[in-house]
Parts: sequence; structure tokens; C-alpha cells
Amino acid sequence: MSDFTISRRTMLAGSAMLLASTAMPGIGWAQTPRRGGRLVVAADSEPRNLNPAIVASNGVFFISSKIVETLAEASFDGKDGLAPRLALSWEGTADGLSATFKLREGVKWHDGKPFTSADVAFSALQIWKPLQNLGRTVFKDLDAVETPDDLTAVFKFAKPTPFQLIRNALPALSSVVPKHIYETGKIEDNPANNAPVGTGPFKFGEYKAGQYYRLQKNTDYWGKDEPYLDEIIYQVLPDRTSAASALEAEEIHLAAFSAVPLADLDRISKVPGLKVITKGYEGLTYQLVVEINHRRKELADLKVRQAIAHAIDKDFVVKTIFLGYAATATGPVPKNDPQFYTADVPTYAFDVAKANALLDEAGYIRGDDGKRFSLKLLPAPYFNETRQFGDYLRQALAAIGIDAELVNNDSPAHIKAVYTDHAFDLAVGPPVFRGDPAISTTILVQSGIPDGVPFSNQGGYKNADLDALIARASETLDTSARTELYKEFQKQVAADLPLINVAEWSFISVARETVENIANNPRWAVSNWADTYLAN
Amino acid sequence: MNRALILLRRRLVGSVFVLLIVVIGTFLLLELAPGDAVDAYIVSTGGDAGMIELLRHRWGLDQSELTRLANYLWALLHLDLGQSVTFSRPIRDVILERLPTTLILMGSATAFSFGLGSALGIYAGARPGSFRDRFLSVGSLALYAVPGFWLGLVLIVIFAVDLRWLPIGGIESIASTKTGLARATDIATHLVLPVSALGFIYLALYLRMMRAGMAEAWRQDFVLAARARGISRRRIVLTHVARNALLPLVTMLGLQSAQMLGGSVVIESVFAVPGLGRLAQEAVAARDTPLLLGIILVSAVLVILINLLVDIAYALLDPRVGASEAGA
Repeated sequence: MSDFTISRRTMLAGSAMLLASTAMPGIGWAQTPRRGGRLVVAADSEPRNLNPAIVASNGVFFISSKIVETLAEASFDGKDGLAPRLALSWEGTADGLSATFKLREGVKWHDGKPFTSADVAFSALQIWKPLQNLGRTVFKDLDAVETPDDLTAVFKFAKPTPFQLIRNALPALSSVVPKHIYETGKIEDNPANNAPVGTGPFKFGEYKAGQYYRLQKNTDYWGKDEPYLDEIIYQVLPDRTSAASALEAEEIHLAAFSAVPLADLDRISKVPGLKVITKGYEGLTYQLVVEINHRRKELADLKVRQAIAHAIDKDFVVKTIFLGYAATATGPVPKNDPQFYTADVPTYAFDVAKANALLDEAGYIRGDDGKRFSLKLLPAPYFNETRQFGDYLRQALAAIGIDAELVNNDSPAHIKAVYTDHAFDLAVGPPVFRGDPAISTTILVQSGIPDGVPFSNQGGYKNADLDALIARASETLDTSARTELYKEFQKQVAADLPLINVAEWSFISVARETVENIANNPRWAVSNWADTYLAN
Repeated sequence: MNRALILLRRRLVGSVFVLLIVVIGTFLLLELAPGDAVDAYIVSTGGDAGMIELLRHRWGLDQSELTRLANYLWALLHLDLGQSVTFSRPIRDVILERLPTTLILMGSATAFSFGLGSALGIYAGARPGSFRDRFLSVGSLALYAVPGFWLGLVLIVIFAVDLRWLPIGGIESIASTKTGLARATDIATHLVLPVSALGFIYLALYLRMMRAGMAEAWRQDFVLAARARGISRRRIVLTHVARNALLPLVTMLGLQSAQMLGGSVVIESVFAVPGLGRLAQEAVAARDTPLLLGIILVSAVLVILINLLVDIAYALLDPRVGASEAGA
């Protein structure tokens, strides 16, 4: 199950094999997709805002990526890992001040109005840059979007912006919404935020709070013969165990985002008619990280941080907590990233004796009770696995004489305690790697971030060299030079341990065998499902 | 009838104070919980300092607690429950949408546990100390001791996954076009499992109470007199013993309404029923203070109303109740 430790090429081979294996019960994988049918999918949460241009998050994309499309989508085999959607081609100038997008012709909004470059300009300037959770950072220097004709949008930046970053941001950050619907009134209060209008293969049907979302086929979709499904229903199943039961009872077709708990996978994989799929999330990697409060005197000492890193048995974590559905981590970029990852970083083998020796060296001698010092450990409550790792870490620390007190909070309380109040010594967090370190990874170690910003360096860590490196990378326009800087970044982070990367994991889908064309891109669960179909 | 009206008036005046205490208490409790609605929101989105500040401002969270409480109470005075941050909709609409579901679930479960519980109680109480009495008493206690969510999961595995007789959850078939009788049947089918899970647990209370009341009544003189008069055993059980044991059950019915609202939080989650209980849980998780206040307010009104009905029923059933107030 080490599917995460793969290179781009093996990933391709793997996905081809997967396609072949899923098609085996049928005639072979050239079978023609069947049209029609209703796909019922488990949903565990109900996002309060369905506009992916404002809220770029997986919970929102899961539903609205079928309705509202981005300029490009992630792809296993496309150039730069991208496949065209609303944009057909994209190109940046060498000075990093401009980027040109050629748009798809003949695309219509769900209300029948034509899609033009004006919609892209409006979305970028009025929504991505000022309102979007991630776009506010990536598009901060976007000055203007010129629209020489209906099918060309030219992004103009006030400061040089690496095109590699813009490109990597396209799948998640570039949802285009219709200007004619959003130009009147306040964008945040627009009713279309809860009933999105887009260009995607499915139209928003209805939402019954607490019950379901219904999407209907867009008969005017630009993709030839697509979509195949008539309807997608997201059935809201709030209980952790109900997705597995609903699959077994044949009430739903698909449970994505690990809605079926890892512990149930072994059993469910033996149920006839169901398949367990570990692919299709390569672009949505979560990282299991120990966040460190460097304000604590003991933790400000590099030797102590090294000792903690040596005390963690990463293989055990992957095998026991993630039941093998994860990979061990070496640094702040996950192993499955095709562009930036380097294995050439300092590593910390599991070695309790060495950890103890490092702590002795640092001057924290065991007391009479065998304890060196105590600290507060706050595991994030968002995933079962982050909580379980908290339990494990407590034991691992006990083995090296550090007494950790576990503090369990619910999500809002955890966010406040760690990122606003800094009331922690160690915390367990699951940051997301979003395809480019500049989108949400460098802020985990960068200094000078205001209090209260979640999933950022709130541990008081300050390293002038690392800050300078991050700043230089953000201005470096040449792709290979920029990539090299981020490799250097990984080395420095692994050497100085502002935080400790333990493992990388992604999600699992469980589906009925009749659901075809699953997991055929690295962000499948949050892509548009235009080619998904239900076989007989 | 006059007695009932006086009772009603006195109760309504008292209720307003109860509600005020409930609202202020809940507000303070939620303020004490660490993290606010924005903290809950950014869990799934992240965001920079500017965005967070903007959200706090838009949702009015940059005002002091006292200002927000005063604003809320002032709006409440105008019967305005405010706007939900979670749903970006008026709270009145959100609650009204869910209320019928919870009422149906609660009503059915209460009727189920009260009906079956008292019937079995009569059966057990007809011969206190007999084998059937012991069997029913112990059996019902065992059910009472079972956690609601566990019973729900077991019922799902047996009847929805293995046997496939009943749907696994929800309140009706999703996105169906059923109307009229077909829809009613559909909803009834969906209710069987959650109502059983909720009802079986509270069944024991009514059963035990009925049985205990009857065991006591058997020792009363009027029962002895009835027997001496040669009245048939069946008539003694039903019209003399059981009827006397019924009054405390009516009181219990009122008290249980509040319990049922609490129990439905768990059952609604397990069975994916879109009711008020689940909404309350979501409101807490999202730190949506006005929404939670609205739900608690509506629940409090509901409990007060049910207890009022119980009191009125009591006053009508038992001539001694309310007599002193009528005289005052």
C-alpha cells in the first residue's frame, strides 16, 4: 500500500492498471460508457457556502466542482500535470508580469449566457484576489486582467510572479463564476453562493438541508457526449459508521474522502460488489506534522527537537495508525509531489537511545521519577488519525523521559488554542500540500505571521536564513531555479526542525463495482466527473 | 374549565422568566466555550489575517459579549430569532424546516413507548411477582441500559443491511416525487427504525412506573372492596387498578418530552434524520450562537407547552388539582 511513495511514471502505470482491473468484470476497458442513471454519493458535511471561487476547500469542491469549473484541472499525463478545462492554453512572460490564457470556445453558463474572458477577469479581480481563502495570497499582486477579445484573458501583475506558481494554483484556485450574476450586489451575499451557476457538466438542482444535494445533467455541456450521468445525489450521512452500512445496503454508490473508516476497509473490501480505491487523491495530500511551540525554552533547543524526531517510529505510525494507507515523511514536501520533492535531506531514524543521549547532552537530565520535563500536547481533532497519533506521541515521548499531557479539544477550540492563544507546547496538525510550497507550505515555518492565522507558523519560530530563502523563492521566476530553491528549503527545514513531518496520507474511496472512470485524475474526488458513468 | 384557564395564565407568566434565564444561561455557556464561529469556519478553509478580520466583522463577532447579548434580546423582543452564520439564512426558517421532523420522530417515539410501555406494565402489574412480571421488568431494564446509538446501529445492521427490509436512514426517499399517501407511507417506513431505537429505551420507564403503581394499588382498600363485591378480575385490573396507576404516567409524559429532545440528538445523527437535535449539534460544533439559542428557545417553548397540556389534562382528570388556585 505504499502508493504514495511513487514517481510520476509508476503512478501512471498504477492508474492504468487500476483502470484495467476495474474494467475486468466488463468486456475490457474499451467498453463504451453507459448513459444515464443516478449516482448516489455519501457526504459527511454540508458546506455553508458552495461558491468555490470564494471558498477553495475540498469540502466545497467535492460538490461544486461538478457545477463550477476551473481554468485547468490536474492530470496524470498532461503537460505540467494539467489538463485544459475552461482555458485551452496558458503562457507566462519571462518577466513574470503577465500571463495569457486562451479560453475555450462555445462554452455556455447554465442559464444560457455565453462564457467570455470578462467572466474570468471578474472572477480573478473581484473574487479570487480579494475574497478567496487561498487566492488572497497567490493573486495578491494581480493588478488587472486585460480582455483583448472574448477568448483571451491576460493577467497583469504589479510585481513579478512565478508562472510555475500560477500554473500549480490553477486546479484549486481558478474557479470561474458568471460576471452577470455576481456584478450586482454584495458578492458574499449573492444567492448563487448557495445555488451555484457555472459551466460544468452538472447543474445545481436542489438542496434539502440535512438530507441531500441534487445535481442534474447539463445537456448543453461543452464536452462531447458528456456528462454520462443524469443525476448526482449527495446524501448527507453525518454518522461515521453510516457510509459503510449504506454501501453494503446498496443505498449509495460511492463513499469518497475516507468516509468509510480505515478500520472498516478490510471487511468492506470483501463484500461482493464493492471496491476499495486508493488512487485519485494524489493531488490532495495531507501531512501529519508535529507543530512545535518554540517559545518553550526546552523546545527552542535543536537537540530536543532532534530527540523528539528520533523518538517517533514513523513506520509504526504508518502501519498501525494508518493501517498502511500512508507513507513516511522526510520533510515539508510530500514524496508523491512530482515537481519539488527531494529525498536529499537530513533524516531521523527511530532510535530511542540516541534520543535519550541528545536530551542528556542538551542538559535535560532525568529526575528521580524518570522524567526530564513535562509539556502540553494538543492533537488536532479533525481526523481519527491525528487523535490516534496524539496518543502514540505521548507514549513515544514517555520513552525518552518527556511527560506529555494530552489536551483534547473540539475543532474551533483547537484552532483558537494553537493558532490564536499559543496555549500549546506540541500540537499535531494535518496541513495540506497544495501542489506548490508557496500556496500553503512555506507559511508553516515563515516568521512574522499575525496571530490567529490557522495552519501557519504560530509556534514563534524565527529563522532569518529560512525567511530569506522563502522570500527569494517567491520572486524567482525561472522554473528550475525556483524548484532548486524549494529543494534547499526542504533541506533546511529537515535540518532545523521548526516542525516535524511524520507521515503523508491521502484518502480512500469505496465504490460499487458499477461505478466507472473513478480516480482517473490526481484530484478525482474534487474534479468534474463529466466522464464518470454507471455500468450495468 | 375555569380552573384550567387560571392555571394557564399563571404558567404563561412564569414561563417568560424561565425562557429569559434559559436564553441568558445558554449564551454565557457558549461564550465560555473556547473558539468562536470564525474559528469553527476556518477549520475547513484556512485563511489569512485580513480574511479572518473581515469575517469577524461581517458576523458581528468583533462586538463585545454584552452588546451581542443585548442585541439578541432586543431582536427577540420583536420575535426575530436573527440570522444563522452557518446557513446564512434566517434562523426561523432553518428551525421551522427541521421542527416537523423532530416532532414526528418524538411524537411517534413517545406514543410508542407510552403505549407499549403502559400496556406491558398493565400486563406485568396484573400479577405482581409472577414470572411474566419479572421477565418484563428485567427485560425492559436491560433495554433501558443500552446506549441509544448502539441500539440504533444494531437495528441498522440487522434490518437495513442484512435483511434490507427497511431503509438505512433519512426521513424519506431522497429526491423522490412521491406525494400524498405514497409519501406518508415512505416517511413511515423511514421512521420505523429510529422510532424503535428511541422508543425501546424509554419503554422501560412507563412499564416500570405502571407496574409499580399497580402493585401499590392492589394493596388498597378499594380493590379489596371491589373484589368483595365480586367484580371480575379483568374489570378490577383495568378500571380500578390500572386507572389509578395511570396518573403518574401522565406526569412522566410531560417530563419525558424534554428527555426525548435530548435523546433525539444521537438518534438523529445515527439515522441521518434532518431534525432539530442534529441541528443543535451542528450549531455547537460551528459555534453558531444565535442558531443554538433559537433551537434551545424553541425546545424550551415546546417543553413548556407540553407540560402545560399535561397540567391541564391533570386538572381535568383529577378534581383536586388546581382547586386552591381557583379559590384564590
